[in-house]
Amino acid sequence: MDYYISVATFAALNVTLALGLNLISGFCGQVSLGHAAFYGLGAYAAALLSVAGLPFVGSLAAGVLVAGLAGALVGFAALRVREDFLAIVTMGVGFLFLGVVRKQSWLGAEMGISNIPSPLEKGGYAMLAIGVAIVMLAISLHVRRSWMGRAFSAVAQDEDAARSLGINVPGFKIAAFFIGTAAAGLAGGIYAHMTQLIVPDAFNFVQSITILAMVVIGGIGSSFGVVAGAILLTLIPEMFRFINDYKLLVYGGLLLLVMRFSPEGLAGIGRSLARRWGLR
Amino acid sequence: MSAMLAAQDLSISFGGIHAVREVSLAVQPGELLGLIGPNGAGKTTLLRLLTGVLRPDRGRVIFEGQDVTRLPLHRRAQLGFVHTHQIVRPFREMTLAENVMTAAEPQLGRRPWSAIMRVDANPARRRALELLHRLGILDAADKPAHSVPLGYLKRLQVARALALSPRLLLLDEPLAGLNYSEATRLADQIVELNKEGLTILLVEHNLGEITRVASRLVVLHNGATLAEGQPTEVMSRMAVRNAYLGVDADAAPAAALADA
Repeated sequence: MDYYISVATFAALNVTLALGLNLISGFCGQVSLGHAAFYGLGAYAAALLSVAGLPFVGSLAAGVLVAGLAGALVGFAALRVREDFLAIVTMGVGFLFLGVVRKQSWLGAEMGISNIPSPLEKGGYAMLAIGVAIVMLAISLHVRRSWMGRAFSAVAQDEDAARSLGINVPGFKIAAFFIGTAAAGLAGGIYAHMTQLIVPDAFNFVQSITILAMVVIGGIGSSFGVVAGAILLTLIPEMFRFINDYKLLVYGGLLLLVMRFSPEGLAGIGRSLARRWGLR
Repeated sequence: MSAMLAAQDLSISFGGIHAVREVSLAVQPGELLGLIGPNGAGKTTLLRLLTGVLRPDRGRVIFEGQDVTRLPLHRRAQLGFVHTHQIVRPFREMTLAENVMTAAEPQLGRRPWSAIMRVDANPARRRALELLHRLGILDAADKPAHSVPLGYLKRLQVARALALSPRLLLLDEPLAGLNYSEATRLADQIVELNKEGLTILLVEHNLGEITRVASRLVVLHNGATLAEGQPTEVMSRMAVRNAYLGVDADAAPAAALADA
């Protein structure tokens, strides 16, 4: 039972991470290859504060804030560089984060942070993570329907045209990064308290690519698709233990298949099935 | 009468080439000013300076008494100084109506945090449909922009710009790529907008149409103003004809040599 609860918790955390990245890359069109860094920032900030004695909720909130503000800062970088260059910048942010936490002794260096107080039972974390994932889904769906979503897609489709229509492109980019990375920070805080031990490698480049794969395989821009992608990519390595060592290979293969046969991901497959059934 | 838009001694050079040299230009409220010039005259560069894509090396841009030289693009649009792109740039995945709606609530485009609070799109949609009707492309309102022909996209650009309720509209070659009847029709619609009180700066290659519709004409050549005045009169001047024919025997190249 415990095992299923922890798989459900990880699935929910991944949903939150993937929805956050989808808001940045899917809605607003800004590539990010460093999403795990914000997951890590939230985890480290919350863990340090909890170890220092701050209550659980306060530590989580601090994690959200630290990750969100760092994300807004990267949003500023997105004002200067676009597309492939932004991909490199965000990748650099990921490596910078790892480089710093690996070397700083007050951040635990390679050993990470252990003995993080854990105020909840396993089931409690699962409920919390699932609750957060549902709220994040609600936020995603709302943003899509709101004027912010409209402005995001204008920025994603043609930044210069959006600018000449009076749309505050910098403001919307920073907002997208803030919301998406703050969500990652919250996921990080929950993760840190649940596992009571965090190490730098949990937030490395592979993790960033895994989150990106969830978004792309689910269907970039589609909230429900991304939820499905995140759950699927959490379950696959669990169901087939033997592929764990070849996780990246499987993700890479899946990415290629999606790009070749259904660029809109699972969401695209869902839509075409719905259309077919609708016709019958 | 003070000008609505005034460019004062604008200059910019790219690696020693003076693309625009001390150009001054005034758009008076209510007029339909035409800006023409042969290829390479500096029209596009001048436009980019006016709209804020480029910053001038020297000179100022004044819009309704306010110095906007250093103001970013989207801030100028919010002030009521709106331009369309020479190459059509619709949001390709959106329908035509959605394209116009994006511009129909400018105050939401300014502040992300109020944009996230607003969902209601009905007023914007009504306004978008009105503008599409006005430009005669209502029949394609719910088609995605990537699926309609260029004639529609050219008019969509105008509709989208009008959604911002501009006081000055800068149209960059709105007729380019249209066939004869489409061009005449869009030009007539532009005149109609102008008659309703909208000030327009029109940049065009279609000399026939621009001479027909503009109330005043400015000719640019080699980065400097060559002529200015009543359209048919300007077009009949020898210097303008030579510039277009590429006969560079007079004033312009001499000035360029003196500069070097």
